[in-house]
Amino acid sequence: MHRRGVGAGAIARRKLTEAKYKERGTVLAEDQLAQMSKQLETFRTHLQAFASKHKQEIRRSPEFRLQFQHMCAAIGVDPLASGKGFWAEVLGVGDFYYELGVQIIEVCLALRHRNGGLITLQELQQQVLKGRGKFAQDVSADDLLRAIRKLKVLGSGFGIIPVGGTALVQSVPAELSMDHTVVLQLAEKKGFVTVSEIRDSLKWETERAKQVLDHLLKEGMAWLDAQAPAEPQFWLPALFSELHGQDST
Amino acid sequence: MDRFSWTTGLLELGETLVVQQRGVRLSDGEEKVKFDSGVLLLSTHRLIWRDQKNHECCIAVPLSQIVFIEEQAAGIGKSAKIVVHLHPASSNKDPGPFQSSKYSYVKLSFKEHGQIEFYRRLSEEITQRRWESMPTGQAMQVNKDSQAGRIRAVGIVGIERKLEEKRKETDKNISEAFEDLSKLMEKAKEMVELSKSIANKIKEKQGDITEDETIRFKSYLLSMGIANPVTRETYGSGTQYHMQLAKQLAGILQTPLEERGGIMSLTEVYCLVNRARGLELLSPEDLVNACKMLESLKLPLRLRIFDSGVMVIELQSHNEEEMVAAALETVSEKGSLTADEFAKLEGMSVLLAKERLLLAEKMGHLCRDDSVEGLRFYPNLFLTQS
Repeated sequence: MHRRGVGAGAIARRKLTEAKYKERGTVLAEDQLAQMSKQLETFRTHLQAFASKHKQEIRRSPEFRLQFQHMCAAIGVDPLASGKGFWAEVLGVGDFYYELGVQIIEVCLALRHRNGGLITLQELQQQVLKGRGKFAQDVSADDLLRAIRKLKVLGSGFGIIPVGGTALVQSVPAELSMDHTVVLQLAEKKGFVTVSEIRDSLKWETERAKQVLDHLLKEGMAWLDAQAPAEPQFWLPALFSELHGQDST
Repeated sequence: MDRFSWTTGLLELGETLVVQQRGVRLSDGEEKVKFDSGVLLLSTHRLIWRDQKNHECCIAVPLSQIVFIEEQAAGIGKSAKIVVHLHPASSNKDPGPFQSSKYSYVKLSFKEHGQIEFYRRLSEEITQRRWESMPTGQAMQVNKDSQAGRIRAVGIVGIERKLEEKRKETDKNISEAFEDLSKLMEKAKEMVELSKSIANKIKEKQGDITEDETIRFKSYLLSMGIANPVTRETYGSGTQYHMQLAKQLAGILQTPLEERGGIMSLTEVYCLVNRARGLELLSPEDLVNACKMLESLKLPLRLRIFDSGVMVIELQSHNEEEMVAAALETVSEKGSLTADEFAKLEGMSVLLAKERLLLAEKMGHLCRDDSVEGLRFYPNLFLTQS
């Protein structure tokens, strides 16, 4: 019994010491957190003052938004991470981009059957602006790209493929490798591409070119014109609007 | 473009050059014309455009013909532009490249930049109207206009002044806005530094921080949009906010899910929820983080991620594997189906139809025929007919 008492006492003492250390550690963290909480409130006040003067500017001016985004990125802040963040709540910058996200999803869905889930950034911009109506704010290419990058996390295959001086927006979960991307970039100039062109420009074997083109056909992102004079041409419906003017739909 | 006249391009006596810019294209309203690549010159009296390749081709319009001007910012693949709105051509105008035009404005595209400076100078010249005080051969011609013309000009001057004032105020507002923005970002930067130092202290303490405090810290990071320095996540998964959101979603989505056969893609959910909210929308990350908590909160919905990466919300009562059995029947009846065909039959989205067929294939019930005609699924006869 004597021994057990010592054992129990030792354990109890150790527990007390541990608790004391924990307490001190906790107190330290508590101080810091209290400080941060206070500074957050101060910052929120500054943000509110800024918003009361310039909130309109954010919604109205693509240039101002761009500048805003650059500065946020430079200091390591993502103003679009959460609708619950200060930036969204106080400045309203979130609503602009999240709503744009909805509009982008809807446009891409509506046109998917036609272009296989690939659309140029220009056409996307035109269609989104059309949907927003006459009195809505202007939307820049940069705005669209930022909204799309946020949509990626939803898992439905949103992605951005740089081509020419601009970009193609993917909205279906199709695997597009570097090979596919390069062929898309090649096709961007004329709206179509042939096996010979791929062989000549990219120095690929015929088999590799055919595989890539077949994949694009299967995904509905390319259409085959087997009746073309010299050799079959693979057309990208995503680029049709560019070539033949605006769609009437 | 019918307001332009052919000219030698030589400046008149009393006319001074203000600024010039290479690489400018002229358009008649929205339509491209053959004035693709030229030098644009601004004088005190006129706007002159000269073809870079053919110097003989030179046209000009008097500044007095300008009603007002606008800027169009550059975009990807598009140069910055100035839109110049013009009065109708006067009857005694010198001959030019166009007799008529359906547009009352022209566009100047600055393919080699220079738009900002040019716009500034052009605005100045239009405001100062130096051509009125420095008469040259050309200016005299304009003054020959009738009384009516001059009265109209006076009215226009009033409008122009108002526009100019508005522009100046907008400019002032914008520079003030940028200044305020810089100051704000300075303060935001301090918050980022503070959060880093706290994260470091937490790392040092190694578990001497309570779970409560961790949650608090995460919510502070969420407010500022700062990536968690410890875990690199930009969201605070497990915050109160996301827990509440998860519970809200369970309520909002019950009926829509039932109406859609028990399953919806996350993009569908995102659109549905945000359209319903109208304001204070959810970010995509908010939605994903809330959905990740559905199962642990024992809510009647769950998040499921397919092999393809496609994310869906299902009712707990929904059993995709059972749906596969029904899909197999449908495919067997029709002989074979593509995802598009199956989607139409079932009234499903193509995205989810494809996932179901892929799952059926994974489970061995269906076989694929992958050709350039498309991806088609057949009942797996290897399994059933042995």
